[in-house]
This record gives sequence, structure tokens and C-alpha cells, in this order.
Amino acid sequence: MMRRAALATLSVLVAASVLLNAEAHRIVSIIPATTEMLFAMGAGDRVVAVGSYDRFPPEVDKLPRVGALLDPNVERILALKPDLLILYGTQNDLRTQMERAGVPYYPYVHRGLPDITETIRSLGARVGVAGAANALAARIERQLADIRARVAKSARPKTLLVFGREPGTLRSIDASGGVGFLHDMLEAAGGADALADAKQQSVTMSTELVLARAPDVIIELRYARGDATAPADLKAWDGLPSVPAVRNRRVYMLQGEEFVVPGPRVAAATERLARTLHPEVYSR
Amino acid sequence: MRAPTDLRRRIVLTIAGFGALTAAVCLVAPLVGSTSISLPRAFDRTIPFADNVDAQVFFVARLPRVLAALLVGGSFAVAGVVFQAFLRNPLASPDTLGVSTGATLGAVIVITFHIDTAVLGVSAVPVASFAGSAGALGVVYLLSIARRRGTSSTVLLLAGVALSAFLGAVSRLVQVIGDYTDVFRSMRWMMGSLDVGSYTDIAIPLLPMTIALAAIATLPRVLDLVSLGDPAAEARGVDVRRAERIALVSASLLTGSAVSLGGPIPFVGIIVPHLVRLLVGADHRVVLPAAALFGGSFLVVCDLVARTAFGPAGMPVGAVTALIGGPFFLWLLFRRFR
Repeated sequence: MMRRAALATLSVLVAASVLLNAEAHRIVSIIPATTEMLFAMGAGDRVVAVGSYDRFPPEVDKLPRVGALLDPNVERILALKPDLLILYGTQNDLRTQMERAGVPYYPYVHRGLPDITETIRSLGARVGVAGAANALAARIERQLADIRARVAKSARPKTLLVFGREPGTLRSIDASGGVGFLHDMLEAAGGADALADAKQQSVTMSTELVLARAPDVIIELRYARGDATAPADLKAWDGLPSVPAVRNRRVYMLQGEEFVVPGPRVAAATERLARTLHPEVYSR
Repeated sequence: MRAPTDLRRRIVLTIAGFGALTAAVCLVAPLVGSTSISLPRAFDRTIPFADNVDAQVFFVARLPRVLAALLVGGSFAVAGVVFQAFLRNPLASPDTLGVSTGATLGAVIVITFHIDTAVLGVSAVPVASFAGSAGALGVVYLLSIARRRGTSSTVLLLAGVALSAFLGAVSRLVQVIGDYTDVFRSMRWMMGSLDVGSYTDIAIPLLPMTIALAAIATLPRVLDLVSLGDPAAEARGVDVRRAERIALVSASLLTGSAVSLGGPIPFVGIIVPHLVRLLVGADHRVVLPAAALFGGSFLVVCDLVARTAFGPAGMPVGAVTALIGGPFFLWLLFRRFR
């Protein structure tokens, strides 16, 4: 009984100390989206290391890299003596190791569009820049609401959002399915997702499925650093001339990493989609 | 009078039987798919092709896919028969000597370093995977030459396993350098895909496949004798080493072409030879054509399941062959060692 009470007191004390120490000054963020969020909310100078795939803002190029989802370098992380590690919610081994080493962590979960601003708010509160984070989140929400309002009266073209394909052919077409932030961005930009009924984030499409879905618009996203695919590569789609998007010359290629990083650049990315889908609204 | 009349009859009957099966499968497969189409409309020449969705589903989405499956499946099965006979090992497969791991390495390099821009309308991925398999084939050839100095087939087999493991390790190393999206694309490629979408992709590997099949067609008697052991074959006046070089190089060429067309689709090259031997016996004059036809139709059926049975998005064909092939192979092993 005594032991139980002691344990309860101890856990209350630990919780309290976590709350009191809520500020973080040496942050390791191994996720591109959260790294971008920290810089955008003005906490970039507190970031001491980033993950292997972090590219934005350019300041991250000077920071040490400590692995990523599959290969976090625990030794290097501990050596940096962080007071907060931002990791993926699924990295259970890393969480256990951090608990053992007494390093606080923030588990990140990748979901839909509304979760981006929610993460910005909770991350800001955890790091100790709640005011700036709330302002950033509100600004992104306002920008998204503006885009939605702007395209609200336009017809919603049935759109296929392709994020991978073997260049020169129509093989291995990977498209966004009916869940996840790409799908949410497309809907916010005034498009009707051609794969809205597929309840998965990505769908590998056969040419038959493209023909059957007959999208009005096809948008290809290119985001890899050093991707030099020429827009002429879109000619591959001419092999399916009955698809309305092909017939009406509405096949586009958009380049930019912001399409695959669910971070603060999401409103800008959504606007690029909206401009592509509804040039009539934006040219006015 | 090498082939007695009853053997000739068996060959004719086998080819007729398996040929009929293949023809039936190839006729039915393009009619079935995730969308329903109207056949009369698909063949209606009065509707312009650009406006005819049914014709495009039939001629662009389905027919090339069926033809690719037929070629890839047949090639893997024949290569499997040759490797199993020459290496005298029931577990040998088209990948045993590292040829398809070499092809995978070629594809992974091109995908990871973004040098996969199309050249003259042909994607660089199949070209690179063919080049990778040719590299592995070179090593296989050197190994077969070393065999002249008395290396046993077990050593050849082990060398193949080592080469395969080495090339696989290099592939993984390249993947680690790449972006996570590149890793995703390489993984997808490794699961195999027959959705080629154009006839050019099929026509290109057809040439090396034909050359390899023609070379293998001269070998069935040798394969029979070699299966009994090298001394038995040599006693009958067979130049075992020369035959082996032709066999290993042609089977590797066949494998490399098939992988560059459809990816490293597993199991066809292991199961189909065993299945065919269960059905028609061990005589390679019967086994080889039967394996070519049965391997082709098996993969056409697997691809049909892959593109229809798992919702509109389908499933990678490599996962389906393994789904059907895995349990069968286990059953085969249990039966053998019971």
C-alpha cells in the first residue's frame, strides 16, 4: 500500500517536472515535416540535428544528420544531448531507448491535412513557442480557407494525382488514394479525387484502371531532389487517348518537394494545385 | 531413328494438350478485367480508336499484358528446367546463379540515381536491368569455363548463391543512399509488373528470348543424359562441358530478358518445372515444350488473379505467384522428404 502511494507520488512528480521543463532548447527532429514546422515557428535556432531526408529550409544543410525512420543513429542522437527528440510515433524501439536514456521525445503521427496545423500547435506548446506556433497554424488555416472559398463556385474536375511512374512509359503508376494529406489538398484545391473510393494513401494503378476512371485532369507531382524529368515526358499519356484529361490536354507536371512534406508549405502547395485546376479563377 | 514413334506421339500430344490450354487461357484472359467492356464495340472499326474506350482497354491495357505474361512465364519455366537439370538440384531456379539479382541491381541503380529518363520511347529501367543480368551472366560464363578444370556442379551452385547474395547486398547498399521514395519505387519494381502498356516493350526482349530458346531446343537429349550424371553422359559421347556452357548461358539470357520485361517474378521458375515433370514425366523432349507452354499460361492466370481479385487497384503479380507458389512448393518438399 505504502509502495503504491509512493509510486503514485513519484509519477505525479515526474509528470509535473515534464510540464515544468516544457521548454526545449536542444531539439533533434528526424522528420522533414516537423523540422520545417520548427523553423517556420521561429524555433529553428534550437534545432541541433535533423534527419537524413530533411532538405528545407536551406539552413538544415549545415546541421548534423542522425538517420531517419528506418535507421536512427541512437549513438549520435544521445551524444548531442538533446532535451527533445521528435520521432515517428511508430519508432517503438527508439522510444524505449530514449526512455531508458531519459531523453524526452515528441511522437509524430502522419495523417490528413487538419492534423498538420494541429501538430504545429501542439509542437509549439511543447517547445515553448506557443504564441508563434498558434499564429502560424492560424495563418495556414486562413490561407487554406481562402483557397476553398475561391474555388467553391467552380465545377470540380475529376482529378488523378500521380506521384510516381516509370519515365517514358505508363508502367508502375502510383497515385494518391482517397485518404491522406495529398487527397485532402486536392479536395481543398477544388478537385474531385478520381480515386476517392480507395481507402488507402497510395494506389498502384494499371492502365486499365486509368481508362476506367477517365479523369478530367491528371497532375503529376515530381519532388525528388535532382529529378530532371522533362515535361515532354507527359507524352507517355498519349497512349490512352480516350481519357478526357489526355484528349483535352489537361495533363500537368508540378515540381516541388512541398507536395510530399506535410508541413507549413502545405498552403502554398495547395494553391499551386488550385491554380492548375482552376486557371479561370486565378487569372481574373 | 532417335525418337521412336510412341515418343513422337507423346511429344505431339503434349504440345497439343498444353498448346490448347495456353490458347484457351490467352483467349479468355483479355476478356476479363476490373472493368466490363463490350467486345463488339472494342472491335468496331467504325469508331475512331482515340474515342473507343473499350478498344483501348482491350488493346492497350489487357492484350500486351497477357502477351508479356506468356513470354515471361514461359521463359522462367524453361530456364528453371535447364538449371535444375544441369545443376542436378531440384531447388535450382532461374535466379540460382544470380542473373535476376544482377538485373535487380541494374534497375535499382537507375531508379535511385534518377537516370531513368526515357531513351527513344523506351524506359531505361528494363535496359539497365538487362545490362545487370548480362553482367551476372558474364560471371556465370567464367564459372562454366572453370568447370572444365573439374569443378563440381555443387561448387557452381554455391558460387551462384554467393554471387546472388553479393549482388543483393550491393542493391541494398544503393537503396540506402537513395531517397525513401526511390526505395519505394525499387520495392515496387521488385514485386514485378506485367502492365507494359505498349507492344514495343514486348518486342525488344523477344529477340534475345528467341535466340536463347533456339539454343535450348538443341539440348533436350543432353539434358536427359546429364540428369543421370556427367559420367553417364560422357559415356554416350556427349561433350558435357560444351553443352553446359550453351545451356547455362542461354538459360541466363532467357532469365535476363524475362526479368527486364516483367521484373523478378518469383516461383514460376521453380514450381512449373516440377509441376510439368509430375504431369508428363522426366523426358526433356516433352518437358521443355510443356514447361514453356504451361509456364506461360500459369503466369497469365496469376496475372489475371492479380488484376481482378483484389479490388480495382489490383495486386503485384509477384505477390500472387508466391501466394500460389509458396504453399505448393512446401507441399512438394514435404512429399519428397516424408
